[in-house]
Amino acid sequence: MDFDDLPEEAAFRAEVRDFLDANAERRTGAERIDRSHTLDAAAIARAKVWQAKKADAGFAAITWPVRYGGRGGSMVQQIIYSQEEERYVTPRSVFNQGIGLAIPTMMAYGAEAMLERYARPAMRGEEVWCQLFSEPAAGSDLAGLRTQAVRHGDEWIVNGQKIWTSNAHFSDFGVLVTRSDPTVPKHAGLTYFIVDMKSPGIEARPIKQIYGTSNFNEVFLTDVRIPDANRIGEVGAGWKVATTTLMNERFTVAETEGPDFDDIFALAGELDARGDPAVRQRLADWYVRSRGLKLIRLRSFTALSQGRQPGPESSIGKLVSATRLQEVSAFGMELMGMGGTMMDPALVPMDAWFQGAFLYSPSKRISGGTDEILRNIIAERVLGLPGDVRADKNLPFNRIPTGRR
Amino acid sequence: MNFDFSAEVKMMGEEARRFLSDRGAIRSLRRLYDSDEPFDRGLWQAIAEMGWLGAIVPEEHGGSALGYEALCILAGEIGAALPPLPFAATSYFVIDTLVRSGSEAQKSEYLPRLAAGELTGTFALAEGLGNPSPKAIEARVERGRLTGVKQPVVYGAVADLAVVVAVDETDEPGLKLVDLTAGGVERHPIETFDRSRREATLRFNDAPCHPLGEGGWGDVLRALDRAAILLAFEQVGGAQACLDMARDYALERYAFGRPIGSFQAIKHKLADVYVALELARAHCYYGAWALETGSAELPVAAAAARVAASEAYHQASKENIQTHGGMGITWELDCHFYYRRAKSLSLELGSPGFWKDRLIGAIEAARE
Repeated sequence: MDFDDLPEEAAFRAEVRDFLDANAERRTGAERIDRSHTLDAAAIARAKVWQAKKADAGFAAITWPVRYGGRGGSMVQQIIYSQEEERYVTPRSVFNQGIGLAIPTMMAYGAEAMLERYARPAMRGEEVWCQLFSEPAAGSDLAGLRTQAVRHGDEWIVNGQKIWTSNAHFSDFGVLVTRSDPTVPKHAGLTYFIVDMKSPGIEARPIKQIYGTSNFNEVFLTDVRIPDANRIGEVGAGWKVATTTLMNERFTVAETEGPDFDDIFALAGELDARGDPAVRQRLADWYVRSRGLKLIRLRSFTALSQGRQPGPESSIGKLVSATRLQEVSAFGMELMGMGGTMMDPALVPMDAWFQGAFLYSPSKRISGGTDEILRNIIAERVLGLPGDVRADKNLPFNRIPTGRR
Repeated sequence: MNFDFSAEVKMMGEEARRFLSDRGAIRSLRRLYDSDEPFDRGLWQAIAEMGWLGAIVPEEHGGSALGYEALCILAGEIGAALPPLPFAATSYFVIDTLVRSGSEAQKSEYLPRLAAGELTGTFALAEGLGNPSPKAIEARVERGRLTGVKQPVVYGAVADLAVVVAVDETDEPGLKLVDLTAGGVERHPIETFDRSRREATLRFNDAPCHPLGEGGWGDVLRALDRAAILLAFEQVGGAQACLDMARDYALERYAFGRPIGSFQAIKHKLADVYVALELARAHCYYGAWALETGSAELPVAAAAARVAASEAYHQASKENIQTHGGMGITWELDCHFYYRRAKSLSLELGSPGFWKDRLIGAIEAARE
């Protein structure tokens, strides 16, 4: 065993460091990574400038093929880039839905013309993408979605409502899953599209969350016209296409940001609580989980570096880190005792980071696959246990009981 | 980056698994459980011949010199198969301590016979209830003679050689090597809740003993850390065996007209076991690297591996019984052997609470 880069990995890492040193500030350790704030216009503008710089240097879409503007590089290189970028202060990216989800889905099932049109602007941050999947009545049961698409010649007319759509209010395009045939079983009647978010009939309304910010939207679609040329995959094959997007999503949302072991360890030190045996026991539990996930990532990295697929253990990241975030933030507040209720950054340690994380951590256990769905996935795909019995599996979609009709 | 075992070592693990399965390791444990035979001597000779006992012993002392990574993998297979053998006590404590800090004379005298399976060893630290602490040691050495009572001592009634923790003229406890066949020691088997690893009381009365290592409590902690990593591999092996049993049973057992493994109450329980197990496994891998390289991070790596593996095994062993329902609590099924072993291993070097405290202490020391 060793933790050294192969020569070509070391050379790539050096190239990445040169780029970052020339274009970004190194972290000092005092920064709080807090992804809970609503993005304002200035933050979006900063993100676009940074993305263009990355694109010019060949780091914006490392694993994409060269013909779409990518580097034609490996997952190992992508991981090396991410490891290095974490050490620098960079604007929060708003391009993951495009670069990580929408364009890779087109690469799998879309037309060449789509990639020629959309890939480069997405990579350069010139066009922002969002993902129109979840609906008020279709969350974990995504295939139960109801947004209706009806074909009229070369166009589709779409009506319905989407929800939990990050970035919808400033996105240029979205990937959209619709129900094109309600008379067949639910997985068989879906069709997948690219939609221009500036189309008439689209309205995005921010949703105020418990933290007070609005990262998500509900999106209303009223008689929205989509050209058939924007369809990805066959009519009725939308589930297969959407599954590709979701697999990419689970890959991109592996870790949850917020106070981690190092921060609760430091907080306990600052509050002179580290001698308390009860505190030490809890700290040890979080160290095991935090460090354990890092070590699992090193195992995945090893597999990729040796040209193998990472093992199934890489699937536990979000499940472990989201729960840990909620526990760590709650315990951080408990360490503050009576004063833990205060949220004034001037009055509580670490700029009230723990209080903020306590409020946004519940969303981390839900978005990108709930804890329950992730446990099902581990049980079924890793342990090989059977899927749940599904009452609606072979029923035509329009005959499935809903409890709402 | 190569954070994985070599193909050669992994293959050795697969061979070990087949061997232990072919030899019916757990049937042997069942046969011996209520007998007067403390361990399976035939199997002991067989693993000695395969070089398992000499895995970390240099060739010049009769070892197979397979290395620490190989010993870690073997520990995992032993933890999964539960052969009734004094492997951990002999290998992780006595052989490891002799290899690392024995004098040339001690190495030449004992290592070849330990590696050949002619001698078994044990580690005598505990003096009744409580976790490892220099204050708790009353056994004393004066003028090369040891007096005191140690209990419980794993395989203490049959071991030939013991590494004993005792206070000497420096007033600090350290490691002493005692030939248990040389007189001055009375041994009594103790009733234990896990008879698959026998325990005894050792009563020393002016027993001849020899210093081992540099002297002092630091030696004891180093020995505990190293053994903790190897035992963590056994714990992870056992936890994996429990998860496999539970998964297989959940697939074959039907209730309400469907396999019980299709119920989310079972699926989520076993998914949680899997998560705990994979975290523990990752810590064990890092521990193996620390052992092999002698890294300064070994104390943190060892404590983390121990904490993670103790919890994973406890969780896996109890949920395995729960998944099996009523059958899980019968003598007939093997579930209870793992349930017992999970608990006995988690206490053997000090409780999880002791190791959590030690983990945070090691992190504090590393960051100062």
